[in-house]
Amino acid sequence: MVAALFAQEAAGATHMANIVTRNAWIIPAIPAIAVVLIWALGKRLPRGGSEIGIIGMLAAAILSYVVLANYIGGNGPLVVKQLQWFPFGLGQKLGLGIRMDGLTAIMFPVVTTVSLMVQIYSTGYMHGEKRFTWYYTALNLFTGSMLLLVVSNNLLQLLVGWELVGICSYLLIGFWWEEKANSDAAIKAFITTKTGDIPFLIGIFVLFASTHTFDIGQIIAKAEAHQIPTITLTAAAILLFGGAVGKSAQFPLYVWLPDAMAGPTPVSALIHAATMVTAGVFLVARMFPVFEGSVAAMNVVAIIGAVTMVLAALLAMVQDDIKRVLAYSTISQLAYMMAALGVGAGNAGIFHLYTHAWFKALLFLGAGSVIHSVHSNNMSEMGGLRKVMPTTYWTFVVATLALAGIFPFAGFWSKDEILTEAFRVGYGSTAAHGTAWVGYLVYGVGVLTAFLTAFYMSRAVHLTFEGEYRGAGHPHESPRAMTLPLQILGVLSVVAGFVGIPAWRHGFAAWVGVGGEVKVSSANFWLIAISLLVALGGLYLGRRLYMPAPATEPLERLGWFHTLLVNKYYLDDFYMNGIVKPIRDSISQAMYWLNQNVFDGAVNGAAAVTRAGARKLYDNVDQKVIDGTVNAVGIGTQDGSRFLRYIQSGDVQRYAAVLFGGVAVLVLLFTLVFR
Amino acid sequence: MTFDQWLLSLVVFLPLVGAGVIAAMPKGQHALVRLVALIASGAALVFGIVALVRFDFHASRTFQFSVNTRWIDSIGARYHMGVDGIALPLLVLTVALTFLCVVYSQKIMPKPQDKVKGFFALILLLETGMAGTFTSLDLVLFFVFWEMVLVPMYFIIAIWGSERKEYSAIKFFLYTLFGSVFMLLGFLAMYFRSVDPVTGGHTFDMIRLQGQHFGGIGFQNLVFLGLFLGFAIKVPMWPFHTWLPDAHGDAPTVGSVLLAGILLKMGAYGFIRIALPLLPRAAKDWAPYIGGLAVISILYGALCCLAQKDIKRLIAFSSVGHMGFVMLGISTLTDKGINAAVFGMVAHGVITGMLFFLAGSLYERYHTRQIDDIGPGVLQKIPRMGAIFVFVAIASLGLPGLAGFWGEVIALLAAFNPAPGLSSSLFRSYMVLGGIGTILTAGYMLWLIQRLNLGVVREKWASDPS
Repeated sequence: MVAALFAQEAAGATHMANIVTRNAWIIPAIPAIAVVLIWALGKRLPRGGSEIGIIGMLAAAILSYVVLANYIGGNGPLVVKQLQWFPFGLGQKLGLGIRMDGLTAIMFPVVTTVSLMVQIYSTGYMHGEKRFTWYYTALNLFTGSMLLLVVSNNLLQLLVGWELVGICSYLLIGFWWEEKANSDAAIKAFITTKTGDIPFLIGIFVLFASTHTFDIGQIIAKAEAHQIPTITLTAAAILLFGGAVGKSAQFPLYVWLPDAMAGPTPVSALIHAATMVTAGVFLVARMFPVFEGSVAAMNVVAIIGAVTMVLAALLAMVQDDIKRVLAYSTISQLAYMMAALGVGAGNAGIFHLYTHAWFKALLFLGAGSVIHSVHSNNMSEMGGLRKVMPTTYWTFVVATLALAGIFPFAGFWSKDEILTEAFRVGYGSTAAHGTAWVGYLVYGVGVLTAFLTAFYMSRAVHLTFEGEYRGAGHPHESPRAMTLPLQILGVLSVVAGFVGIPAWRHGFAAWVGVGGEVKVSSANFWLIAISLLVALGGLYLGRRLYMPAPATEPLERLGWFHTLLVNKYYLDDFYMNGIVKPIRDSISQAMYWLNQNVFDGAVNGAAAVTRAGARKLYDNVDQKVIDGTVNAVGIGTQDGSRFLRYIQSGDVQRYAAVLFGGVAVLVLLFTLVFR
Repeated sequence: MTFDQWLLSLVVFLPLVGAGVIAAMPKGQHALVRLVALIASGAALVFGIVALVRFDFHASRTFQFSVNTRWIDSIGARYHMGVDGIALPLLVLTVALTFLCVVYSQKIMPKPQDKVKGFFALILLLETGMAGTFTSLDLVLFFVFWEMVLVPMYFIIAIWGSERKEYSAIKFFLYTLFGSVFMLLGFLAMYFRSVDPVTGGHTFDMIRLQGQHFGGIGFQNLVFLGLFLGFAIKVPMWPFHTWLPDAHGDAPTVGSVLLAGILLKMGAYGFIRIALPLLPRAAKDWAPYIGGLAVISILYGALCCLAQKDIKRLIAFSSVGHMGFVMLGISTLTDKGINAAVFGMVAHGVITGMLFFLAGSLYERYHTRQIDDIGPGVLQKIPRMGAIFVFVAIASLGLPGLAGFWGEVIALLAAFNPAPGLSSSLFRSYMVLGGIGTILTAGYMLWLIQRLNLGVVREKWASDPS
């Protein structure tokens, strides 16, 4: 029925779209329905609604792979459909629609699979939680919103999905809202990302003013056909990027993501590692032709990416909280994706998004398994868990190798692709996009970050799993519901990268098709050798320094630099003490003081003056002048009446004569004067 | 007359009939009074919904259910009523919110609780005034309804209010009256410079007054000043807003709901219905200043919200900000902007009405309005109401997908490209400042949620209220 309401706009490509691809709206619809069912029935069900969420997500995931099948091998169909939502202004209507292409087809399986894993895992991790049903409601609301975001065919609808995932993130970071620290983190996340949303919104307006539409397809077409002036594209792209900086936690707005670890760990895996934070990367990829139209905007994206990746990687080295290590790692890896997009390697960026989702979700769920077992986030209270938690250990190691970019794990393929593309831009062999020095910058910083990444992950693995146990209690392996997702994701972290091999069905890049032409990179041996050596060096250094666990942190030898890192470059302090507190505590109070004393004071003053004036008027004018006059008149009347007594003689004839005389005077007046 | 011609009069005057019946009833019949009020406001709601159903949305630019008959011949004032796509949503909002207020008051009466008759009679009288304002198409009729609203609201605040209720009531009354005097002068000025195209005399008819040039731009601007003072005080726009926190704060719950939900809209509606179409050239001169004041209202309202300790005053200041978005939309003089304003008004009426109901319900349980006295831990103590509060507060901060968003975002979009003749760069600056306002709005709302709803409940509330 709903399908009949859709007005199909365009469908063209080599492959025919299969029935699921043509009706892809069903994929976000499934979790949306699940939300209602869990919310309404969850508490009465034996498993608190988790069964609805898991079955629904399983269905959505299967359908996602049916959609993906349409795009494997490249030349996938483009399906755009929409129904009218509501009109605003003269003749302009907002649509509610879908846009299916290779990019969305890749996002679907990533989002639904990670969500499914997290939901299965959470049956164990969140067991016995008093708000269990609410947890699953929010988790599915989040997943549905994310799917709505990636399937949108217009920017306002995308923005709706965008903000809905934002509020779900807020709700889940603050899931344990009894603790003020958690709700502080939730507010910080929402406000920080919202700060980026303002430029995003204005960027949408800029594009709307230029193209008179919110439709992504039309905007992209106009950008590709050079119908939008470069200056407009530059402004729009940089403004849109502002939203991506907030959502994907890039410098200078990354500060919310480490704090977001206050939420339950499976939430961190789903929202703050694998899916929501990739929304910014997705946005840039979705609007890629707009970015490509402006060299300046591309350079901004690349430079922000390069800066963020190294800043975050440095911070990851000095964390004691294992989740914070992973949080800074996420920021750093998102920056890889951004930098890739910035140097024009759109497909490589999305490839990294896709591989990163598996191994980062795995790392978080593994960390969750550890935390579940030792009841602490701090690595200083871990150690020696290798023997008691073998499944967690091995899967964690697999994910670490994938993140470090070791052959043949998933991260190797995507990271290598990004570094190669960046180097090519620098070397000038393709130089279709970006500026040469930006390419070298991304490459150089990327290699440095690869080293740091391998180092901090090696540090985390050794502190957590090797040596002697330093915590309290007796840690144990997690239940099956938690280890099964670890194993599935572990397999994916090994094999997921193979789809990037160009020989296999034209390679991942051809399926996604972000950024027009597909570059089949003939892998450069020397570049691969360098990045592999660097990663191995990082792993080795980590093992040297942290095995066995040192009594004092060896990085403290870096002196002031260590202090700088521990204080997070003082950026959080600057935001809190330089912006938030002055506005919240000082400027607002000053404004309210102005309100009460100046603006309201003026009103009350006016009233007081009026009343005082009235009192003066009454005392002086009314009582003295007017009443005085009246009294004087009274006295005068008394005097005069003695005289007037003579008139009131009782002589009716004289009265009549006076009356007649008066009337005559009046008649004369009216006829002569008031004609 | 056909049913359609009677329809608006039924909506407007059925509550008045109800008020009359209640006034005529003997003392002490509290249950019966409540029932009559329920029936009268319910009937108005039913006919309001009938209007909504029978309204031809394809002709939303024309006035429907029109009635236009003789009224005061000597000055040419006519009983002219009708609703178009702008007035209809506000009319339906009026009858819906008033009905909800009557329902709420069935159980919860503010002190003094024995004066049931007067309370319900005044609410119904107020409803007639508000509904009449949104349906009048004659300036004299409009003015009568406009002023009719003041008296019942004055008594509702002064008798059933709390804290400095007399002060707040008088302030509300006098401030609004002060503005409406200038508005009336504006009306009279237009009347005396108008030429009725049919009769050749003067006219108060809003439709016939359109397109008159009233003898030049200077005069138009002067008249606009009068209308501006009347409407801007009612909205209220910064710096004419200071009556609002006092009135909202000290009014009983239903008074606050109707003040925020409907009375404020009368001012913005006046701009859309009277000031803009009747004085289009003056509107263009005034628009940059109105837009500027709107943006100041947004930022200033949000900043003052951050400083509030009293939950009702906080919601009151949030209204200043939200009505700022409405006025920003109007000041762009574009279709989009007006659409955004109407959408924003309905959304604000529903959302802020709900917030005041919730604040009132909290007061019923905690007997205090201090945020830091009630909170933290409302969500823990009364989970369902706490959850509803969080939901409505999130709607209020303009989350996309919920009602509060569309009015704001389309107002900002309209400001990107204001009407021809207005400075784009100026209005784009307004847009950026308004956008920053949405961050502040999110800030104070989330902070309110945190201080009030989240966290662990205080020991003194551990057993009470239940």
